[in-house]
Amino acid sequence: MIVAHPGNALLPRPTELSLVFWNGLAQKQVRIQRCADCNKWVFYPRCRCNACLSDRLVWQTVSGCGQLYSFTVNREQQTFSPPGRVSPILAVVELDEGVRMTSVLVNVDEAEVEIGMALIPFFDRIDDRLTLLKFQPARRP
Amino acid sequence: MKTGLRGNAAIVGIAEYPHQRHYTGPPMFMLEQWADLTFAALVDAGLQARDINGLVCYEISESDSFVPATIVEYLGHPVNFAERLDLGGASAVGMVWRAAAAIELGICDVVICALPFLPVPAWETSNVKDSQLLFRSTSTQWGSPQAEFEIPYGNVGQNQGYALIAQRYAASYGYDAAAMARIVVHQRRSGALNPNAVFHDQPVSVDDVLASKLVADPLRKLEIVMPVSGGAAVVVASKEIAARCRHRPAWITGFGEHLTVKTPTHAVDMCLTPIGPASRQAFNMAGLRPDQIDAAQIYDCYTITVLLTLEDAGFCAKGDGMRFVREHDLSFAGDFPMNTHGGQLAMGQADAAGGMTQVVEAARQIMGRAGARQLARCDSVFVSGTGGVMSEQSALLLQGS
Repeated sequence: MIVAHPGNALLPRPTELSLVFWNGLAQKQVRIQRCADCNKWVFYPRCRCNACLSDRLVWQTVSGCGQLYSFTVNREQQTFSPPGRVSPILAVVELDEGVRMTSVLVNVDEAEVEIGMALIPFFDRIDDRLTLLKFQPARRP
Repeated sequence: MKTGLRGNAAIVGIAEYPHQRHYTGPPMFMLEQWADLTFAALVDAGLQARDINGLVCYEISESDSFVPATIVEYLGHPVNFAERLDLGGASAVGMVWRAAAAIELGICDVVICALPFLPVPAWETSNVKDSQLLFRSTSTQWGSPQAEFEIPYGNVGQNQGYALIAQRYAASYGYDAAAMARIVVHQRRSGALNPNAVFHDQPVSVDDVLASKLVADPLRKLEIVMPVSGGAAVVVASKEIAARCRHRPAWITGFGEHLTVKTPTHAVDMCLTPIGPASRQAFNMAGLRPDQIDAAQIYDCYTITVLLTLEDAGFCAKGDGMRFVREHDLSFAGDFPMNTHGGQLAMGQADAAGGMTQVVEAARQIMGRAGARQLARCDSVFVSGTGGVMSEQSALLLQGS
């Protein structure tokens, strides 16, 4: 089931399990799971570890910092973000913990985007319950 | 111990609808197309309807479930073996090896594999929107990781996934847009001679490819398959049956299949694709090396799919694909005949039936029936299939005796 949003956005409908992740984002925290048996970091949220299938997964708050693994600029398809929040730069981000996630880049010029660039989270608050995790360039020292 | 197929099953008959961008014939239900394609493939083989005792199918528009039994009933011939595949573009290759395996197990000896994709009659004006079609390959169902973690960021459909892989490749190994364009140019040269191709008689130049519209960086329009109508079927039969068929059999001597992730974001390495393990198994099973084949029919939804398959299947080293493409003539007349039918980049992609074009062309070349684009010698052919966004890939080796 998809949740319609003004502007044709298709927003996530959290599950009972993934609510910890989404509630974390609403509080500007990135929470991901880690396996207490094999220590693997796990994303997206699962009921069992995707390395050893243990159910001893523990939620931990991480920095949300990482680097750009790949990106593309969508020149054709409609995007499904709310108006005013459109970012055509689709990104695959590898967090410092090693897990990867799909997201979009914000606060960046297309010409500056480079695979391997350091990224920090951008918490895009949609409403009281839902915040999307987007990414922006880390400030250079 | 040698495992796998013994090479005792072969493709003995083929049937293929001409591909069309704008279909000019009457709409047909997929069950009707199944009957039509089955008849044509049996006639091509020199077999009869009563010979059928196995089938492998994909989805049909008339039914969401009980698809094999629905088809069997419609065709009127009971089977001992029925499979429905859900491997997207890899389904065609997956059908053929499953048929061969079932035949070698001795549970059937004539198996129909069909993938119809002509327009079906519409009950009323279709209200399916383009945006809904996009979601066919990206599930919107509650609990689907794609619905929750991909769609909200706009990662929908195929173009962007393949673009992400190509960008990662570029950062890791370098990228030569003109070399990638050569894949299209050489395939379109072969496709120009294929009357079933949507781009029959329409060769293109490297400049044409590079001037075509950027769709998702770095992929341009001419590097992406065009959706078309079409459909195809093959008959797979045992050695005993093949002996009384009309054409030189295309023996199925090796196969492999490998699935990793649905969404490439989660691939261990986006540039190491599942066709690697699938191809290694196929070559080992057949006792062949990549340098011993006469043609490669490589699934080509995008140019990047071809490039990564050339590398990961072992036709060149990892990271060497651009050089390989620059240094070889990939057309039917070249030193590395690849997608001698023009591939799907020239034929157009009739949904999952697109993957069947590669299977049909491999059999056609071995049978010596490829007309103006027939290879002088064609005894061993590599075929690959790709589903989703490099989500699942399959490999076949077909050989003439």
